[in-house]
Amino acid sequence: MESRQYELVYILPPDTTEQQVAELHEQIAQIVARMNGQIEKNENWGRRRLAYEIGHHKEGVYVLDVINGSGELMKELDRRLKVMDQVVRHMIVRVDEEKKVIDRTRTKRQSESERRRVKRGLPPQRQPGEGRGASMEMEDEDDRFDGVEV
Amino acid sequence: MAFGQGRSGGRGKSSDKKGGDKKDGQRRPMFRRRKVCKFCADKIDDINYKDVKLLGPFVPERGKILPRRISGTCALHQRKLQVALKRARQIALIPYVTD
Repeated sequence: MESRQYELVYILPPDTTEQQVAELHEQIAQIVARMNGQIEKNENWGRRRLAYEIGHHKEGVYVLDVINGSGELMKELDRRLKVMDQVVRHMIVRVDEEKKVIDRTRTKRQSESERRRVKRGLPPQRQPGEGRGASMEMEDEDDRFDGVEV
Repeated sequence: MAFGQGRSGGRGKSSDKKGGDKKDGQRRPMFRRRKVCKFCADKIDDINYKDVKLLGPFVPERGKILPRRISGTCALHQRKLQVALKRARQIALIPYVTD
């Protein structure tokens, strides 16, 4: 069966030590390995402020795992994480399909622009110093919501 | 009834070329900047729930999702944005509500 890609984000209490994080990661890795999955990436975002309180915690340690595996595996992981009381919150998102779409649009845009540039008799890639990219980059982007009431 | 469609049009803020109406007194003479979809303009394909910096401007103080009519985001990107914002809420990157 073709493998799917998932992202797992979980939040641990702010007083978790590095070692505890590693232990938990080890546990997850074991489950993943047992069910023929693999962890593609493991990222620790460190301590962050939570946007709202979860179980009296105002901060949390965020950990992100990118996992290749089956839906069954993620189901099992989800079940396990729900039970673990040191995990404050977790979320699993399937990402492979979205990634595909993103890649497709990106390549499409690229080839489209190259085609148009060639048609105009230009080299397919944008030359440095060309166009209006350099001078006005982020000029008037973010002030447009100022004074807006919803 | 001459400007019947001016109100509901919403998006055509850059106004029309005909402008033949003489008694146009009631209409706002103020210049409105034309709203452009940020994601189309900056060619951002990936609206990701982890990117709080990107999502930030679309969450006003109250914590609601900024409507399209104000942000100018196109329908496609608003849909993606909405999913991303809701995911970000789940893992407490963005508030559900703030009072």
